[in-house]
Amino acid sequence: MNIGVFVCHCGSNIAGTVDTEQVAQAARSFPEVAFATDTMYACSEPGQAGIIDAIREYGLDGVVVASCTPRMHEATFRKTIGRAGLNTYLFEMANIREHVSWIGKDKEANTNKAIDLVQIAVEKLRRNTALFSSEFEINKRVMVIGGGVAGIQAALDCADGGLEVVLVERESTIGGKMAKLDKTFPTVDCSSCILGPRMVDIAQHPNITLHAMAEVESVDGFVGNFDVKVRKKATYVDWEACTGCGQCMEKCPSRKAEDRFNEHVGTTTAINIPFPQAIPKKAVIDPGACIMLTKGKCGACAKLCPTQAIRFEQEDTVVQEQVGAIIAATGYDLFDFTLYGEYGGGRYPDVVTSMQYERMLSASGPTGGHLVRPSDGKEPKDIVFIQCVGSRDHSVNRPYCSGFCCMYTAKQTILTKDHIPDSQSYVFYMDIRSPGKLYDEFTRRAMEEYGAKYIRGRVSTIQPRNGRYVVKGADTLMGSPVEIEADLVVLAVGAEASRGAGALAEKLRISYDGYGFFMEGHPKLKPVETNTAGVYLAGSCQGPKDIPSSVAQGSAAASKVQALFSRDKLASDPQVSSVALQRCVGCAKCASTCPFGAIEMTEFRGMPKASVVETVCQGCGVCAVTCPQGAIQLQHFTDNQILAEVNALCPY
Amino acid sequence: MSVTQYAYYPGCSGMGSSIEYDISTRALCKSLGVELLDIPDWNCCGSTPAHASDHLLSASLVARNLAIAESMDVAGIITPCPSCLKNLKTTSLRMQRKAFHDKVESIVERPVRADLPIKSVLQTVLEHCEPEAIASHVSRPLKGLKVVPYYGCIMNRPPDVMTFDDPENPTSLDRLMTALGAEVLPFPHKVDCCGASLGLVRRDLVTTLSGRILDTAAALGAHAIVAACPMCQMNLDMRQSQINRANHTRHHMPVFYYTQLAGLALGQSESCLCMDKLCVNPADTLRLVDCPAAEERTR
Amino acid sequence: MPVLEGKELRIVGFLCNWCSYGGADTAGVGRFAQPTDLRIIKLPCTGRVNPLFVVRAFLNGADGVLVSGCHPGDCHYTAGNFYARRRLEILRELLDVMGIQQERFHYTWVSASEGQKWKQVVSDFTARIHDLGPAAAFSGCPAVPIDMDETGIKAAG
Repeated sequence: MNIGVFVCHCGSNIAGTVDTEQVAQAARSFPEVAFATDTMYACSEPGQAGIIDAIREYGLDGVVVASCTPRMHEATFRKTIGRAGLNTYLFEMANIREHVSWIGKDKEANTNKAIDLVQIAVEKLRRNTALFSSEFEINKRVMVIGGGVAGIQAALDCADGGLEVVLVERESTIGGKMAKLDKTFPTVDCSSCILGPRMVDIAQHPNITLHAMAEVESVDGFVGNFDVKVRKKATYVDWEACTGCGQCMEKCPSRKAEDRFNEHVGTTTAINIPFPQAIPKKAVIDPGACIMLTKGKCGACAKLCPTQAIRFEQEDTVVQEQVGAIIAATGYDLFDFTLYGEYGGGRYPDVVTSMQYERMLSASGPTGGHLVRPSDGKEPKDIVFIQCVGSRDHSVNRPYCSGFCCMYTAKQTILTKDHIPDSQSYVFYMDIRSPGKLYDEFTRRAMEEYGAKYIRGRVSTIQPRNGRYVVKGADTLMGSPVEIEADLVVLAVGAEASRGAGALAEKLRISYDGYGFFMEGHPKLKPVETNTAGVYLAGSCQGPKDIPSSVAQGSAAASKVQALFSRDKLASDPQVSSVALQRCVGCAKCASTCPFGAIEMTEFRGMPKASVVETVCQGCGVCAVTCPQGAIQLQHFTDNQILAEVNALCPY
Repeated sequence: MSVTQYAYYPGCSGMGSSIEYDISTRALCKSLGVELLDIPDWNCCGSTPAHASDHLLSASLVARNLAIAESMDVAGIITPCPSCLKNLKTTSLRMQRKAFHDKVESIVERPVRADLPIKSVLQTVLEHCEPEAIASHVSRPLKGLKVVPYYGCIMNRPPDVMTFDDPENPTSLDRLMTALGAEVLPFPHKVDCCGASLGLVRRDLVTTLSGRILDTAAALGAHAIVAACPMCQMNLDMRQSQINRANHTRHHMPVFYYTQLAGLALGQSESCLCMDKLCVNPADTLRLVDCPAAEERTR
Repeated sequence: MPVLEGKELRIVGFLCNWCSYGGADTAGVGRFAQPTDLRIIKLPCTGRVNPLFVVRAFLNGADGVLVSGCHPGDCHYTAGNFYARRRLEILRELLDVMGIQQERFHYTWVSASEGQKWKQVVSDFTARIHDLGPAAAFSGCPAVPIDMDETGIKAAG
């Protein structure tokens, strides 16, 4: 083999702490290395051209690039050597940036380590073989998990592009957090007026199958051929028959069911349609509150229902969906403010969350759009808003900024003034973060036109006094303590990962960060991809996002799926296992350990032999370790290749 | 009830302005089986002035007491005063750092392990006896007495140093007083500052801060405030007439140490509990306990 | 290249591509300074780690071997790290019998987002190996790199 080694400076990123010239020089002494050089930016156009030129000039048939992580540019360089006519698997990378130059300043040690990493890459490459992809059919259906605004956008874009879409929603209606909002910033247009028509589109679109009250139970398969089990929870109502007339709600005697849609501002009936624009507009019985289901008698709704849709005996069902790609759009949940003892820890009835306040502002909300104190139903005059409740606070393990609270607080002060013209709003803030089109102008309007008083500082305590609340804090601009008497306190609670996000990530085999937000493929360049092929992200499941960003991501994820499905067949990854028939003794241990069922037992001249289904094999290599004969090997990661690396490092 | 021995650190105020706290604390501990061994030749913890001027000075003052206590074969050090407690605990924590530890040891010229558990008397009492168990010892329930519990600002804070009860809404005194038969009112100023030692230099601050505590207690209909800190008790009790003058109020609100009310409920005599040391005369309030019907008659 | 005399020891890391290799990248992107002793060999999954690789590293003079993969339950291949956990746990028990100090071997789980944790793992493990010092040489081991085709390993790749 004629090997070429290219050691990248990455500007000063590598060359700053690694002597790249010395690395190249050392590489020349390694076996079968015919050419070695250092280069300024290997990934740049001249850098790649340099590699191609060297391949032609020196007749190279294998290339090592020592630069950044292969997760960054392995694909780039494989294409490069492919253009020069080499098999793309006759290529190795040595990660001398993330694993060397960026984590230490000792140039001697770094250079020495970089040489080691180049050497193991060379030793592995010497044993590489040309690999060739095969093709497999893909199922051009897409599943969208989560029916908030991001999921709705993704589903509609895919469906409009002619793809079949399966939309899975945990609640009984789609709409997500946006459906709960009264108005949206910075235009103060009605949230349900702009979201409602899109929800109707979902219901009416011939390409969309909607599973509401459903959760993903398991995900099997791989890109192009996922097999997803969806658990449809019992609603105790036959949705085929239910017309959403709502008569059952009027007569239901149990009014103690928790009202999740209205953020627990009050309670609701045991049989319920969350809100008038719900999609699907179907009734659901809360089994914990229904008198029939808890005590065995009542059945008022069943007697009343004009279509006899009530089914008290209904049970969960599991449906199977075959799809080729999955978009996760599971959104966020609200921070539990009761962790803050200084805000009363949930003891004070007139200390509410911003989302509860939003429901009170909404004409279809529990108070009919009247702003009232939950404790006594009186109209509040002095209202204090506290920002960053569960955001930018290490003490509650939420060091990140939720991003949209500054804006919705400004919106809420404006709406407050519209609802109660003689009211006064006060906002305690840390910093105003309003980077968006017309956003900063909007917060200024809240202050200047609507007279909201903004106080820069944190609140130390809220104490009830004479039926009102004393909010004590610091005005850090004035350098003085402040006390404001308020009738109502609104906490701008931050966003956190949706409950169950971690469990879903494990089913989808994608990564998530320490807070439960899903990890994108690359923070800059792959914002809606994941490291698992065929799984995409949209909206706040990746991190807190406002509506425009969530919609943009919904569309972005949809376009990624469209691009994936623009081909009829996908090229399989050739880094799969293969069986050396003469060594295989047919024990079938590999077949029993394979997590994907990719190994079949066949017969060869009357002997049982293992055989790998290449399009199903995902290339984990569990079988290779299991085989007592060393007969099944993971191509590109064979025992010999790995042991060659070990021997290069430990040459004793 | 089992007997556990603790090194007892009374604190300077326990020898003077809050002698009734010291005496009633000893009485309460005795009746609940918590044996107190005085730390011999203890010295002042330095209180706020020491750590406000020099952390090393503050730590050294405390470390000497720790060293003596460590030679005593006790389960831990306990003190009734939250300010002493905070200094003892902070020093003990800081001395986990070796450099600081060595420096302090060289100053006090004796080995200091700084490994004894340090607790407030309140925490010790409640860990030793569940409130329900204490209730079974009550011979004279505080029935008819409405109290507001006032913990002061440092009994539970900073939370990572004090590691006792909730820093924003502590309930240990509430539970103890309820067990003794008193009616505990929800008090929003449980952990507010009374003004503390600023009483000497900024009396206006104390009259504002402590005045608000008295105002709210009165507005809630409390008969008395139950305190756990000598400084708080002094500001609310001794300075109550000053506060009244400054704020044009007419409060007559007895401020008991919780140990005094506990002693009363457990059957100790008023004179043993030094009720006469209180500046605001508690006689009328104490009569409510004797004869719950009295309250009805006064209405 | 030999290790830097007196400065470094020879530590080999087997990392899965999806979680721990990404975690090491995240640590690099975050510029979390780490000791330079560790050399990382990338594998698709810890399920690909043949205990033999670990033993071979020790026989050939490694002073420490670190294996890191996805957290249990998070495996990109669903179950590879469960296999790894069983194999490596048994391997660890056997190391002492083979005359290799157990403490020189460690396996752990670091996700792609845990750059800080990776730094900690590397720092702690390197410190541990430095505390143990260089591993004793195995007598009878060849002093030259082993020719793969002449080892007893039945390899078909």
